[in-house]
Amino acid sequence: MRLESGVPSGPLADKWDKHRAEMKLVNPANKRRFRIIVVGSGLAGGSAAASLAELGYDVDCFCFQDSPRRAHSIAAQGGINAAKNYQNDGDSIWRLFYDTIKGGDYRSREANVYRLAQVSVNIIDQCVAQGVPFAREYGGLLDNRSFGGAQVSRTFYARGQTGQQLLLGAYQALSRQIHAKKVTMHTRTEMLDLVVSGGRAVGIITRNLVTGEILSWAGDAVVLATGGYGNAFYLSTNAKGCNVTASFRAYKRGAGFANPCFTQIHPTCIPVSGEYQSKLTLMSESLRNDGRVWVPTEGGDQRAPTAIPEAERDYYLERRYPSFGNLVPRDVASRAAKRVCDEGRGVGKSGLGVYLDFNDAIKRMGKDVVEQKYGNLFHMYQKITDENPYATPMRIFPAVHYTMGGLWVDYNLMSNVPGLHVIGEANFSDHGANRLGASALMQGLADGYFVLPYTIGNYLATAGPSPVKTDHDDFSRTAAEVSDRTRRLVGRKGHRTPDHFHRALGQILWDHCGMGRNSAGLEKALKEIPALRQEFWEDVCVLGGDREYNVALEHAGRVADFLEFGEIMVRDALERRESCGGHFREEYRTSEGEAVRDDEGHAHAAVWEFQGADKAPVRHREEMSFEFVTPSTRSYK
Amino acid sequence: MNLVLKVWRQRNAEEPGQLETIEAPSINPDMSFLEMLDVVNERLVAENKEPIAYDHDCREGICGACSLVINGVAHGPDRGTTTCQLHMRRFHSGDEIVIEPFRARAFPVIRDLVVDRSSLDRIIQSGGYVSVSTGGTPDANEIPIPKRAADVAMDAAACIGCGACVAACKNASAMLFVSAKAAHLAHIPQGAPERLERARSMVARMDEETFGACTNTSDCEAVCPKEISIEFIGELNRDFRQALLAGR
Ligand SMILES: Cc1cc2nc3c(=O)[nH]c(=O)nc-3n(C[C@H](O)[C@H](O)[C@H](O)COP(=O)(O)OP(=O)(O)OC[C@H]3O[C@@H](n4cnc5c(N)ncnc54)[C@H](O)[C@@H]3O)c2cc1C
Ligand code: FES
Repeated sequence: MRLESGVPSGPLADKWDKHRAEMKLVNPANKRRFRIIVVGSGLAGGSAAASLAELGYDVDCFCFQDSPRRAHSIAAQGGINAAKNYQNDGDSIWRLFYDTIKGGDYRSREANVYRLAQVSVNIIDQCVAQGVPFAREYGGLLDNRSFGGAQVSRTFYARGQTGQQLLLGAYQALSRQIHAKKVTMHTRTEMLDLVVSGGRAVGIITRNLVTGEILSWAGDAVVLATGGYGNAFYLSTNAKGCNVTASFRAYKRGAGFANPCFTQIHPTCIPVSGEYQSKLTLMSESLRNDGRVWVPTEGGDQRAPTAIPEAERDYYLERRYPSFGNLVPRDVASRAAKRVCDEGRGVGKSGLGVYLDFNDAIKRMGKDVVEQKYGNLFHMYQKITDENPYATPMRIFPAVHYTMGGLWVDYNLMSNVPGLHVIGEANFSDHGANRLGASALMQGLADGYFVLPYTIGNYLATAGPSPVKTDHDDFSRTAAEVSDRTRRLVGRKGHRTPDHFHRALGQILWDHCGMGRNSAGLEKALKEIPALRQEFWEDVCVLGGDREYNVALEHAGRVADFLEFGEIMVRDALERRESCGGHFREEYRTSEGEAVRDDEGHAHAAVWEFQGADKAPVRHREEMSFEFVTPSTRSYK
Repeated sequence: MNLVLKVWRQRNAEEPGQLETIEAPSINPDMSFLEMLDVVNERLVAENKEPIAYDHDCREGICGACSLVINGVAHGPDRGTTTCQLHMRRFHSGDEIVIEPFRARAFPVIRDLVVDRSSLDRIIQSGGYVSVSTGGTPDANEIPIPKRAADVAMDAAACIGCGACVAACKNASAMLFVSAKAAHLAHIPQGAPERLERARSMVARMDEETFGACTNTSDCEAVCPKEISIEFIGELNRDFRQALLAGR
């Protein structure tokens, strides 16, 4: 597997400009001769499909929801970062770059992250021009907040619905191109395979979720913008439909999967309340700006939180990390919560929860101000838990939230399979081993509006049109394999639903490949997952037919992929013998319990190559070398 | 709690549908409405019966995928709440709950409780955007926007496109949906240049999609999970008339 990052030479700040000047261009009159397949209509896919169509390419865009506007990006609450320095508080492109690469624990590519910081400023201009109603100050200028522990205020937001508003902006741009007949939108359509011919990505195979029809689509390039795989854990903050199928199918056709074990566990989610739980709800990170996190000093304390005196409370983040306190990064906050719960000091019925207390904030600012800032979140919390957070502290617990791992891409966002590009959360991304708040939206839009539309031109100008159409053998063979697989699933009269297996897999991953990982647990998971997979194929129940709307079939297909993919996550976690970012190996920590990174042995992206159904995948590396920053130990003490 | 559900079952758009009675014993009041349906489905499958189909995705009240008319009310009894955010503690043991799809001519049934709402997308495609392309835009702070205007735009932009307004309206009108998009863009300077043209083309498209006319019954506002105000309908009507007068 060739893993050439293709990072241009020269000073960091000039690389992208230089690269843009050197890339080949497609003649404007020729653009309409190229057809580009974009899978996904979230921030990444929606913005890319619209921008490519504006440039003149013909685009086919796919999503599994009934409308492109419902992509999971819609759910993002907090905000989007950009190095505008509107607040005059010392922000700059360099600072955003530095924070992001440090926050990622030095496991991402310098040049990519720098470019991300550079184009961040264009994103805000673009969104405002589209009509995104960002929050404003009384003078009419844009408001910012500080987010996720950043030392500057660089986060733009639209109430608690930033993702919604940004996605609607991209959706509207996309709708304009659908109207102009430059984009053909295919909703309720699931990509089930990638077609590779002569070593080049030439199309996809889809299943129409309403009619069950399996179809082939040819394109001169394929773009995957299919989001993250957090739902491998079953319970996560992701929308129910999020899945790994598109990326995983591409992996099986030769695309390298990078850092699959890098997952982000978000510290402030509503704890699990029962067996029936279908998903976890995120409480925005902004709550940590004013809420204080604590547990009782003694385990087994059954008193109501308001009855526990100050002296018997342990504000453990403030105690352990005096300079950052409640605002330590997500991975640190999550692990600290796990630790106090492991010590038996967790709260709530399950003992898996910590308090997030607004009592002091209400005393300091008054209830009205707290309500103004967080009213909608408090309301949501009360609806779900039936508890009033103005009167009693919230209970929170970490939950799976985001996946930094994904398909490997070079500087041009192209995978190792020529023609296959991967953008947004689906690629292995610019976030290294840990993503900072408000930077996923930034990356999705950077990729879709401002990076891919340039770099794909370079590919098309170099490779030329694809010689292969849907009547080619490689299409028929791949389509036949997809049909076969669908038929193997449908009509199975086992005893258990796909959901049952999904939950079981989620539990294995959460127990052994979650917040704390160790070799014994990972080895155990490596035995349990194949056994569960076998059970799935023997005992899953998928009623109904394949030529109709069939939710169980849809779900079973995704679970089958998670059952294979989960194993690769575990392998990756086992092989990464260090702790970095969200990946915490219990064997590699200081006596105080802090992560110990191994830059000598592990400053690389681990890229997995598929070898065949019953063979172990091969692990390759792309070394991360740091020319412009010096990796330091992240300390938030 | 023990419940009796009467659920609309329909195999596909062509075949007729009917209400089916399904017992739902031992339901935990802390479940969400959709989690209750998940559990019912698990049990159906255990009896080798096909699960009930319903749309959902985010389960956080923001994607607009979930629908359902619950006891005659789109998104059920709680104001300002989507079906996915409704909890079973709102009901009582022994209740009978009737669950139907969002009904409208413009929303054909796909299966059971799942309907096709792509007509709403086509309305947006007809003009619900600002005609700018990527790149070459001015600095975001070049045009100050009064906070009030931005706030009103945001109130309107909060629409999640679920279609409850249509399901609640006796005329199956989409005016609340259309006016929310029109108002979002009309209240900010970036959207102003195309204001009249946008009003005209979206209303025309709405008619083509067989949505009904608005007769100001305000049932739409009552079920809107984002509590979008019908004042926006008045604004859209004014713009639409002005567009006709201006011959656009
Ligand atoms: C609750 C929550 C809050 C968040 N808040 C923030 C925040 O405040 N700031 C921030 O920066 N980030 C936030 N994030 C992260 C951020 O929202 C996501 O990382 C980002 O939106 C992902 O965008 P995307 O375009 O890559 O993918 P998505 O938005 O997930 O889109 C994926 C698209 O791919 C399609 N798709 C997937 N598989 C297939 C298939 N097989 N066939 C066809 N189509 C397919 C889907 O239909 C969809 O259109 C949050 C995440 C969550 C869960
Ligand atoms: S499932 Fe997204 S709004 Fe209900």
